[in-house]
Order: sequence, then C-alpha cells, then structure tokens
Amino acid sequence: MLDADFFRRWMTAAAASVDREAQRLTDLDSPIGDADHGSNLQRGFTAVVAALEKEAPPTPGGVLTLAGHQLISTVGGASGPLYGTLLRRAGKALGDAAEVDTGQLAEALRAGVDGVMTLGGAAPGDKTMIDALLPAVDALGDGFAAARAAAEEGAVATIPLQARKGRASYLGARSIGHQDPGATSSALLIAALEDAAEDGR
Amino acid sequence: MSDDKRVGIVLVSHSAEVAASVAELAKGLAGGAAAVPVAPAGGTEAGGLGTSAELISAAAASVDRGAGVAVLTDLGSAILTVKALLAEGGELPDGTRLVDAPFVEGAVAAVVTAATGADLDAVEAAAAEAYGYRKV
Repeated sequence: MLDADFFRRWMTAAAASVDREAQRLTDLDSPIGDADHGSNLQRGFTAVVAALEKEAPPTPGGVLTLAGHQLISTVGGASGPLYGTLLRRAGKALGDAAEVDTGQLAEALRAGVDGVMTLGGAAPGDKTMIDALLPAVDALGDGFAAARAAAEEGAVATIPLQARKGRASYLGARSIGHQDPGATSSALLIAALEDAAEDGR
Repeated sequence: MSDDKRVGIVLVSHSAEVAASVAELAKGLAGGAAAVPVAPAGGTEAGGLGTSAELISAAAASVDRGAGVAVLTDLGSAILTVKALLAEGGELPDGTRLVDAPFVEGAVAAVVTAATGADLDAVEAAAAEAYGYRKV
C-alpha cells in the first residue's frame, strides 16, 4: 500500500530528477519551444517540495492536491497548469484515503490525464506529455518499472511526430525529428515513482 | 447602474508591457471608460516573459465590483493558467469568466461595452465578436 509518505517521496524524487535533467529539458525545448521547460519545472518542483515540508498533508490525495496547486501557482509556463491539473485531479480522485494501492493510483492518474487532455485539448499522437503519460498509466498495473519503461518509450516515440498543440505546433513539419520536452519530463515524473518505492525499502 | 457595479476586465499577457499597454489602449479608445476597472496581469512575478497565477488572482480581485470579471488572454500558458485557476475554485472572484476573444481588439470591445454598464454576458459577446472584424 502507498501512504502519504510514499507520495511525498515521489514528489521529492521528481524534484531531484527535474533538477538533474533541467538542462536537457531546456535543450529539448530550444529547437521547438521557448527554452524554458527545465527552469520552469525546476522552479515548480522546488516550490512543491518546500510546501510539502511545511504542510505535510496526511493523505496521498492531500499531497498530490497541494503539489498540483503549487505547480499552477509557481511554474509560469504552460507546464504549470498542465502538470498542476494532472496532480490535482489525481489527488482529488484519491480522496481522503490514508493509503491507496497501485490500481487506485492508476485510476487517479487516469483521471488526471483526462483533466490534462480537457485543459490543453491534446489527444494521443499530438506530440505532448500525453504521449508519455497515457502508456504509463496503461502499464501501471504491471508495476512501476513497467510504467517507467512505457513512459520512456512514449517520450522517444514523439520524435517522428508533428506537433499539433502548443508553441511547437507553429513549426508544423519542422517539429518532426525532435523529442517533445513535455513527454520527456512526464517520463521523469513516472520514473520517480520507482525511485520513491526503492527509497521506502 | 452605478459605477461601482461595472464588469471588471483583466488582461493577461506573457509580457507585462503588452498587458499594461493594451489596458491603457483600451481605456484610451473607450473615451469615458475611466469608471471601468481594468487590470493588467502580464509576465511572471520576477518580471520575465510568462504567466503568473498570483498576478492573475490579484488583478481579478482588484477589478471585482460584484458584476463579474471578464478575463482576456494572449496565448498558451496564459489561457491554461486562467482555465486551471477557474477549475481550482476559490482562486478567482465569483463570476470570473475566461472570454474567448482576440487580445487587443477584444480588450477594446470589452472595455467600451463595460463602460456602458452592460452585464458580463454582453461584455463577453462584444469581445468575442471582435474575431469577426475583418481588415481586408
């Protein structure tokens, strides 16, 4: 079972991972975006970790809802409301339960991904974070390692796609051949689930 | 309708200068629109290009006279942040609405319409109608 502490470790691991990969995310965002994805997420997840340390919500849902709120408030780019909505919707879906299982987490993340698709209007194949998140949620029933592999595969699979959402879509066919930064950071977020599970052992 | 019940207008841009200038332009072109509460919410809190949820919330609160608040945005994160704040609940005044309109033309139409004492529906309709003003 996954408790609030697991979800705090997940957010901390995600923050560490974003810190480590910030330059790569920004580099990916340079040819097809505005070269701020790494620094924006770094600012957001730093605020998430600080808020979780200060408030320490007692439930998994509380942790994700607070994290989502922080991302919406602090990121300053489109990834803020998008990741914020993902985590907030997932947090709301988990409700007040003190512990949840992987199946409930998968369902909650699916609700979060639905919220992201509604907010941003993206569908699978549009070269967005959805292309990493949806396969990960589908694979979550087989464990965190499977979800991580699916997310990483999904991120790499955005390379040949033409962007249909966000700033990259202005580039049309010139967006082809670049890995989507949002899908890449989504894979980091999913990979951090496995880190959180290992840290708890 | 008294002046203190005008619809408020918030202009959200990635750039502080764009938001402030469009607010000034709209008020200037609207003539006697001094009574319309208009607030820009441009850029990040640090003064860079981007969107600040805090600046948007503060701007909406500052123009809320109880008759609703029309929010116009430029693009990308400006739109998504307003939508996410509306979905959060409690972050923006009751009666705040994201208006689907071109930023500059819509802002002028919204301020002119709000100056007449029109309600939020009418302000929204006028701003949205600005999509139809062809230039050639």
